[in-house]
Amino acid sequence: MSTAPGKDKKAGAPARGGRPVVNESGIEIKPVYSAEDVIASGGIDPSLPGEAPFTRGIHPLMYRQRPWTMRQYTGFANAADTNARFKYLIANGQTGLNVAFDLATQCGFDSDAPEAAGEVGRVGMAVDSLHDFEIAFDGIDLDAITVSLTVNGTAAILIAMYLAMAEKRGYDLKDLRGTAQNDILKEFIGRGTWIFPVDPSVKLVADTIEYCAEVAPKYSPVSVCGYHIRESGATPAEEMGYAFAIAKAYTDAALARGLDIDAFAGRLSFNFNIFGNLFEQVAKFRAGRRRWGKIILEDYGAKNPASGWLRMIAGGGGFGLTIEQPENNIMRGAYYALIAALGGAQTMALCCYDEAYTIPTPKAQRISLRTMQLLIEEIGLTDTVDPLGGSHYVETLTNQMEDKIVEAMAWVDAHGGIVRAVSDGLIQAKVSEYAYQRQCALESGALRKVGVNCYVDSEDDKPNVELHPYDEMGALEQIESVRRVKAERDNDAVDRALAALRAEASAGRNVMPALMEAVKAYATVGEMTRALIDVYGRFREPTRLWPMVA
Amino acid sequence: MSARKIKVLLAKPGLDGHDVGAKVVAQALIHAGFDVTYTGLRQTPEDIAQAARASGADVIGLSILSGAHLPLCRRLRDLLIEHGLHDRLWIVGGNIPEADRMVLRQLGYRGVFPTASRTEEIVSFIKENVQ
Repeated sequence: MSTAPGKDKKAGAPARGGRPVVNESGIEIKPVYSAEDVIASGGIDPSLPGEAPFTRGIHPLMYRQRPWTMRQYTGFANAADTNARFKYLIANGQTGLNVAFDLATQCGFDSDAPEAAGEVGRVGMAVDSLHDFEIAFDGIDLDAITVSLTVNGTAAILIAMYLAMAEKRGYDLKDLRGTAQNDILKEFIGRGTWIFPVDPSVKLVADTIEYCAEVAPKYSPVSVCGYHIRESGATPAEEMGYAFAIAKAYTDAALARGLDIDAFAGRLSFNFNIFGNLFEQVAKFRAGRRRWGKIILEDYGAKNPASGWLRMIAGGGGFGLTIEQPENNIMRGAYYALIAALGGAQTMALCCYDEAYTIPTPKAQRISLRTMQLLIEEIGLTDTVDPLGGSHYVETLTNQMEDKIVEAMAWVDAHGGIVRAVSDGLIQAKVSEYAYQRQCALESGALRKVGVNCYVDSEDDKPNVELHPYDEMGALEQIESVRRVKAERDNDAVDRALAALRAEASAGRNVMPALMEAVKAYATVGEMTRALIDVYGRFREPTRLWPMVA
Repeated sequence: MSARKIKVLLAKPGLDGHDVGAKVVAQALIHAGFDVTYTGLRQTPEDIAQAARASGADVIGLSILSGAHLPLCRRLRDLLIEHGLHDRLWIVGGNIPEADRMVLRQLGYRGVFPTASRTEEIVSFIKENVQ
């Protein structure tokens, strides 16, 4: 076996002798922990799983009652191909769907728009109108499987589309479950599918929260993502701190509509990352659960304990994966899944080993699914709740991570709050600077990455990228399809619906009812987006780079 | 060579929002002493060609991770030539398979930096290729 370290002696494991060991969030790690460290850091939270503030888990029995939902990210080309892949994953034991959309759909362009050229169906499913959703979810029981829509800039439109599709198929919206990502503030920080300026963008999120609280109370309209902020350049503590700052902004916007905190807080969900140091991530999840519980139940005074649940999908780990020695990503994925399980995530979505450089193949997706299933069936991860609870190290680290999360939130407050920090580009610049430092550390070897800057075998194949082939024919068919929809629908009804949408947006009212009508008339994503741009305008991106902040 | 700083325009063409790499490269180039302008996301090839001419950039760098590099780079090549910028150094980075690298070089993108390239490679390539 060629497992020998590289020829270079420096590539071996580093001596840690007298040098301090500091985790990514900036906490110095001691060689050994005892009960005294736990007490000195604030003691052990005596609550049991299911008891506020939920350090140990949001449910009393957690995985004993129900293992985590497995929700791999999928979607490509057109609705029909995506429908087939959904059915493949369900047949292999996947328990939730996580829909990827192409960039045109995410940025509000129709497939026949010039801006969409070369992008139709490339990184996800192309959706132009309700017609596409009808095909994508055909034959899938929306009661048996929950659907998560990974969309942000056009989330209000696609939520309306999903609700309209379900309604048309006879589901009662009062019982319909599902999630939309719909976290626009993090899109300004990383991922980049913003459309409107920051304030109207947050207003649209509040519209969806308000509308769902009334019409589809079991639907989760927002999944606040620390995930992409961590990918873009943040420590684990900052990932959670910034996500909470964002979640508070949406909460405040919903409260300003006169909603009761208990009417919607329980439907807020979160999306966190799982790459990095195992103990630091597990402590992050435990600390984050406790902090969010306190924020909602103590600071906001929610009465229903479930309002303070930090419900989360933990997953991905994209940044942790490497294009070099890609098979190592299978092992990384297994450890990341272990982190999510030890951290008590309700839902898991693992990046596939080939995802560092392409859209996963069915085989790679199956390996990720099997990785999660192994933890359940063979490794004993579902036997008891919070198995690391009570560890001197993990309890101490949990207390320290909570302090770091609070610190990150205080930094945001000190810079005018998250909406201001995002509008000014300040947080983007800070995150970018961290990404740069991380890259420098990778290039210098200070941050060790197996197969990248250590244990590099000379006989290794040079890293290569294999792109998921762009389906020109599929793109043309999609363009044909949207043109056909536009020709065959009742265009007077569409014009009336779009005029009503503009009027509601201009009047500052909740646009969701108008979007529902427009969607049902088969108005397209591009048309509805343009109507909203007419009223709200477009975001102008601040492009300054840290540390050149004035 | 004069003491004038090398001017670089870094751009994100198309709809791809993955800008971590572009911003990391921007900072590496700033630290290397270059004068860097970053356009921000979702620029059309037309926007980029105009910005390149307006800024007087010596180097035009593109970052594309969605896989749409070939159509975008073809379109931009025509525009850069139209704007008389054929003599500038064009470089492109991103999710670029081996087979496409030669095509991009033939299109006139002299530096092609696929995923996993080191920032110092980009810095030295620019220093060596800008007169």
